[in-house]
Amino acid sequence: MKININGITFKNPIIAASGTFGFGKEYHQLYDVGILGGISSKGLTINPKEGNAGIRVYETASGVMNSVGLQNPGVEKFIAEELPWMKQTGSVVIANLGGGCLEDYIAGIELLNETEVDMIELNISCPNVKSGGMAFGIKADVAYEAVKAVREKCRKPLMVKLSPNAENIIEMGQACEKAGADSLSLVNTFKGLAIDIKQRKPIFNNLYAGLSGAAIKPIALRMVHEVCKNVRIPVIGLGGIYTTEDVIGFIMAGATAVQIGTANFTNPLICKQIIEELPGFMEEIGIENWEEIRGVIQ
Amino acid sequence: MDYFKSKVLSQTETAKGIYLLRLQVPEQQIKPGQFYMLKSWEDDFLPLMRPISVYRYGNGILEFLYRMVGKGTLLFSRLESGDEVDLLGALGNGFPCTEVKGKIALVGGGIGIPPLYETAKTLRSLGNIVDVYLGYKDDLFLVDEFADTCDDLFIACENGYEGYKGYITDIVNHEKYDAIFTCGPEVMMFNLLKNSTLEPSQLWLSMEKRMACGIGACLTCNCETTHGMKRCCSEGPVFRGSEFTMN
Ligand SMILES: Cc1cc2nc3c(=O)[nH]c(=O)nc-3n(C[C@H](O)[C@H](O)[C@H](O)COP(=O)(O)OP(=O)(O)OC[C@H]3O[C@@H](n4cnc5c(N)ncnc54)[C@H](O)[C@@H]3O)c2cc1C
Ligand SMILES: Cc1cc2nc3c(=O)[nH]c(=O)nc-3n(C[C@H](O)[C@H](O)[C@H](O)COP(=O)(O)O)c2cc1C
Ligand code: FES
Repeated sequence: MKININGITFKNPIIAASGTFGFGKEYHQLYDVGILGGISSKGLTINPKEGNAGIRVYETASGVMNSVGLQNPGVEKFIAEELPWMKQTGSVVIANLGGGCLEDYIAGIELLNETEVDMIELNISCPNVKSGGMAFGIKADVAYEAVKAVREKCRKPLMVKLSPNAENIIEMGQACEKAGADSLSLVNTFKGLAIDIKQRKPIFNNLYAGLSGAAIKPIALRMVHEVCKNVRIPVIGLGGIYTTEDVIGFIMAGATAVQIGTANFTNPLICKQIIEELPGFMEEIGIENWEEIRGVIQ
Repeated sequence: MDYFKSKVLSQTETAKGIYLLRLQVPEQQIKPGQFYMLKSWEDDFLPLMRPISVYRYGNGILEFLYRMVGKGTLLFSRLESGDEVDLLGALGNGFPCTEVKGKIALVGGGIGIPPLYETAKTLRSLGNIVDVYLGYKDDLFLVDEFADTCDDLFIACENGYEGYKGYITDIVNHEKYDAIFTCGPEVMMFNLLKNSTLEPSQLWLSMEKRMACGIGACLTCNCETTHGMKRCCSEGPVFRGSEFTMN
């Protein structure tokens, strides 16, 4: 069941996705979150953020749109109040770091360098912060400069989280690899629009919002496949994973591990149930380790 | 709090579009005003569970009263005895029944009425005097049930079908009460708060926001308060009136 990413051992390839799992405490009321391979924290920014006003979540066909706007307590408060608890769970702790500008990322990295955080997941793709967030994740050359600057300061394994809204997902993955990313995670949410036709207004105050859930899975899987074929660093796949079969599919497309987000809302025990099913599944399909199937889809 | 399966004992349409769903559940710890996330469908079809308040609970029977308004509640309305419902709960803070004393008014509007039922029972068992004010648009529901659990019952109906013709907030005499608990449309609750002679901290409002996780992890159920953004699901749904600025 074990996997290794950038020298860090994960008990299993199941990671709770950023923004859907808080810092793990809430779900720990339902099951021991220490059984997870890893937990990716709520997206952090150097300064605390209140997030967006208005409706923040809207259900669509087999999907969910959200516009939380990176509400979070800020990196310092995370380190003081959330990290110690996360560390003692026994799961790999991934600090998901967002930002409005490069200076914010760097300031966040410098604080996180000094902590017990196992890994940084650099969110260059959050579509909700009007000033910036998006821009880094759209154009490969912009992402390259940002990741390179962060890499120079970052002393933790650096995973870069890609936006599916990138102009060209393969070039984006390659640019981040070249800039020094140790691993990649994809995908973040797809930019979408929902309209209240009675009021003739968009549902979300920020107009566009991010789509996640089962609706995006085939596209996410295709993107993971394309990127895996074109980079050498490990890729963590996500987007609409709901079942053990979905997990195996992402691994067959080339992913080293996966993250589960929206499915936690549909079934709060989903990560636990998949982790429990995996050994039997491996036996059923006759494999002893993930390498036997990783990337078998050419 | 737990995530578990329950069995439908019965379901009835008690008023037009209003359903009473009775579920068999393991022993629960429930505070009046708490809610559950419910679903009765395959995992990724409708991704979000639906928040519904506890109407009544006792002897392993958990009852919800809901209005059919969309896809999820349409699927609920088709449930028959023996069917399964997934439950996550009990969730939220509930009404602070032990923090108030004396003469208490409970003011409910429309589908905000059901969570006041257990609240009235609990407040009375704690020795308070409990007056209940129920506001309806047209069809009445739960009137008999409330009549048995409160000291005085007041009804308002917008179409004049029964009781006072107009809004329930028109007939609440705030000066008579030590505290007020309310659940209903936001405009109704804020109206009540704005026109109250009580200290805003002596009114408690049960808020309704769209929710995804229901347990405080996803920050989608944002409730803007004077103490910053709060999570309606875990820091609410009940908030003190003093947490809102009226303008
Ligand atoms: C704490 C709380 C307690 C509630 N208690 C009750 C109750 O006791 N009885 C009752 O009839 N209703 C109650 N509601 C409202 C109920 O949750 C919605 O009517 C229901 O979610 C509608 O789902 P739908 O699929 O039928 O509608 P759709 O419009 O198809 O739902 C689409 C999405 O929007 C959400 N949504 C739609 N309307 C509301 C709303 N008014 N509030 C929150 N989310 C909404 C749904 O949950 C779903 O995610 C409560 C809401 C909250 C937040
Ligand atoms: C409510 C919500 C909040 C999210 N917040 C973040 C965030 O803060 N940082 C981030 O990198 N991704 C965030 N995401 C994106 C998820 O981590 C994930 O990339 C995306 O939802 C696709 O996976 P899924 O279909 O399994 O949910 C959020 C998603 C949702 C639904
Ligand atoms: S619904 Fe997720 S935090 Fe309230």
